[in-house]
Amino acid sequence: MNSFNGFVVKEFKQIFRDKRTLVVLFGMPIIMLILFGFAIRNEVKNVKIGVLDLSKDAVTRELTQKLASSEAFEFSVYLSTYDEVEEVFKAGEIKEIIVFEPNFSEKLTLEGIANVQVITDATDPNLSNIVQSYTGAIIRDYIQELNYQGTTLQQGIQPTIKMMYNPELKSVNLFVPGLIAVILMLISALMTSISITREKEMGNMEILLVSPLKPIHIIIGKVLPYLVLSVINVITILILAHFIFEVPFRGSYILFFIEAIIFILTALALGVFISSVANNQQTAMMVSLAGLLLPTVLLSGFIFPVESMPYPLQMVSHIIPAKWFLIVVRSIMLKGSGIEILWMETLILFGIALFFMALSMKKFNVRLQ
Amino acid sequence: MYDFAIQTNELSRTFGDFTAVDRITFDVKQGEIFGFLGANGAGKTTAMKMLTGLLTPTSGEARVSGLDVFKEAEEIKQNIGYMSQKFSLYDDLTPEENIEFYGGVYGLKGQELNHKKEELIHSVGLEKFRKKLVRSLPLGWKQKLAFSISIIHNPKIVFLDEPTGGVDPVTRRQFWEKIYEVSNQGITVFVTTHYMDEAEYCDRVSIMVDGRIEALDSPDELKRTFNAKSIEEIFIQLARSAERGEE
Amino acid sequence: MNPVVQISDLSKSFGIVNALKEISLEIHDNELFGFIGPDGAGKTTLFRILTTLLIPNEGTVRVMGMDVVSDYKKIRPLLGYMPGTFSLYQDLSVEENMKFFASVFGTTIEENYDLVKPIYRQLEPFKDRYAGNLSGGMKQKLALSCALIHKPKLLILDEPTTGVDAVSRKEFWEMLHLLKEEGISIIASTPYMDEANQCDRIALIDKGSVLNINTPDNVISGFEKPLYGLKHPNKYALINHLREFQYSESVHPFGEFVHYTDSRGKINTSELKNFLEGKGLNKPVVKEIEPDIEDMFMSLMKPEEIHV
Repeated sequence: MNSFNGFVVKEFKQIFRDKRTLVVLFGMPIIMLILFGFAIRNEVKNVKIGVLDLSKDAVTRELTQKLASSEAFEFSVYLSTYDEVEEVFKAGEIKEIIVFEPNFSEKLTLEGIANVQVITDATDPNLSNIVQSYTGAIIRDYIQELNYQGTTLQQGIQPTIKMMYNPELKSVNLFVPGLIAVILMLISALMTSISITREKEMGNMEILLVSPLKPIHIIIGKVLPYLVLSVINVITILILAHFIFEVPFRGSYILFFIEAIIFILTALALGVFISSVANNQQTAMMVSLAGLLLPTVLLSGFIFPVESMPYPLQMVSHIIPAKWFLIVVRSIMLKGSGIEILWMETLILFGIALFFMALSMKKFNVRLQ
Repeated sequence: MYDFAIQTNELSRTFGDFTAVDRITFDVKQGEIFGFLGANGAGKTTAMKMLTGLLTPTSGEARVSGLDVFKEAEEIKQNIGYMSQKFSLYDDLTPEENIEFYGGVYGLKGQELNHKKEELIHSVGLEKFRKKLVRSLPLGWKQKLAFSISIIHNPKIVFLDEPTGGVDPVTRRQFWEKIYEVSNQGITVFVTTHYMDEAEYCDRVSIMVDGRIEALDSPDELKRTFNAKSIEEIFIQLARSAERGEE
Repeated sequence: MNPVVQISDLSKSFGIVNALKEISLEIHDNELFGFIGPDGAGKTTLFRILTTLLIPNEGTVRVMGMDVVSDYKKIRPLLGYMPGTFSLYQDLSVEENMKFFASVFGTTIEENYDLVKPIYRQLEPFKDRYAGNLSGGMKQKLALSCALIHKPKLLILDEPTTGVDAVSRKEFWEMLHLLKEEGISIIASTPYMDEANQCDRIALIDKGSVLNINTPDNVISGFEKPLYGLKHPNKYALINHLREFQYSESVHPFGEFVHYTDSRGKINTSELKNFLEGKGLNKPVVKEIEPDIEDMFMSLMKPEEIHV
């Protein structure tokens, strides 16, 4: 048994002496727990809602108050006409609009029923389900109160539910745009960083640096194949999503691809940046996975809604390129939004891309140290 | 029990249709220093792996310390010492810890292990550095330590795979003096090397070309047979006349 | 004639390791200059500074008249470089590797074909083979061809013959001589002392310091004492007994012979013979011999110290 013991002892010693690995072994779980713990929310908070009050009487104002004061919701906008509903949803911030029909409290008092329409953005079906059931609960509570106050209502307030953009509440419609972002990050950032560090490991980078090849040429040369591959991948995903999963594509293809290319450029630049701080493929891979992929999956709104996260994490999500890309892609695919609505997000994406491209070029080592 | 430390008969190893080792037949006497020479790709490493139980031969026979390489490969590993060019020391452990680990692997424990440990540290001269990480030691010291550790369990044979690559000339020679010491104690030493002058330190030398043994004798006899002034000349003669279909 | 390399008080360290310590030397134009020293001597670090890939901590280095720090952009296109860990592109063929390096340097295989012909000719039968499937010697030849394809003024080769068999090593140096005749300056490093004789001038380098710079012959003639070679079938006993001799200074095995220097300098060989026979060694051979580079290197070396 002695040689076995000796072997085990050795393994422990080696692990504890490798400071870098220790940081990963102990640091990672802690970070992941915090991220997961705070980011994964099944409860819903601060969801932005809007109200179209065609009646503007005491009851509707009270109901609006109730909704606004709920923790789950954040009252954002008063609409004036029904036409605005579509626009507001396309802009992306509002997840639910409540429409009170005209002469609401009259109808309630005289006929005993009044209609309220609850329209949700079902791009994220989970969120929309939750939001819609909260709304329903608040309305029912209100009815209870009214009854309690002595007003007996026969049928009370009837909410009609309308799920926009994703009436069947298909999860795949939520996931596919997010998947595009994740895959692009994977291919562009991870593969680029590995490719460049492999060159360094092999010793060939030395020769390339000493040659007339300008550093910018080396970068572009390394990056170009992955740009092409990424675009092909995006097309493939769209085709599969359309034919197999029937994911809708309601917007402009040209706009979509422009946005995709901006995002790909950002991911590529991040890959180059990582390669300049990593000396071997293993480090490059770990940094890409832990530093890029994980936040992209958790904090970009891929699965878990950003609004429900604590404020600090929401701030962090602002600098994650995928978050903006997801808003853009979901809007284009599911809502058919155009550049007029998405100009801000596009600008932000473009700015992030430029920033990282400049940073990675500056950081690229012209020498070995 | 057995007269020869190593005995092979038509030992071969193929990889697909590539014959790495082609029916080699030779013996190594007990207590000999046997030099195993050959160019890169000639089959030295493959042959050595078969003799140390790391690779199963495709055909032929071989016995190491009387043990059969096919059926008793595991026992062979317990009874030999091995040191490869990469020195097989753990950089992130101290010399003491390396000794304890390898000693334990070979079944040494308690008093015996402690005793050996002290002996080893003294003989290499690492008293002041026994608790420093091996990573911080210069190449020559690592090499001496690795060699001493490879024979910690007093094996009858020790296999050395290019142990002196890249090291400075003084350390190289000190290493060979250690080999002499060890051989003097009766341990058989089987060593491969790139340095032709080191062939002269061996009792007998074999030269492999294209998977076959093209020469085997004492250095002096070889020089007489090939009418050469140095082992290097013989090597070049043999290598030039047989190109491995280029390689 | 301007020196192609001028190094002045060069020092370079990595953390606590002093890789190069105050090195000064000059390399002439169209010279075949060799750096001879074991692993860890500092050869690779020095070459990386010459090829502008590392910056000195102290001192100045000028290559072809230009400073390696400020003028690196101008120096790089004029260099041919073969790093120690160069592995070529394993999954490209011989020809594809050549084409790649030619294009990277803005030329084609055809343009400078005459220069690389003696080397490349040996590779041509295998031009479609993946570089990863070549033997060590062939890989080195391919690497050399790729380093030359743009006809550099200065060729820097870091341990080009390490891990290569004796035959290929000889051929490699023959090729370097041919290249020298084309007017190229060549700087090479090697741990093999016997290759020193192939160079016009050499620098013996160990543990970051240059021990000696001169032509191989002059290096050898710098050996101060007479050198004796002794031979006996029982080498181990011979070495041990020699060390017991009261006047023995250095005793080193050197293949067939044991090299010996005496603290008195010149000696009477029969005195030594008698001493050895008295110790039981029958008919030892003792004669005066010519030292070689390795003898000189070892006499100049300092013992390895552990810095922790």
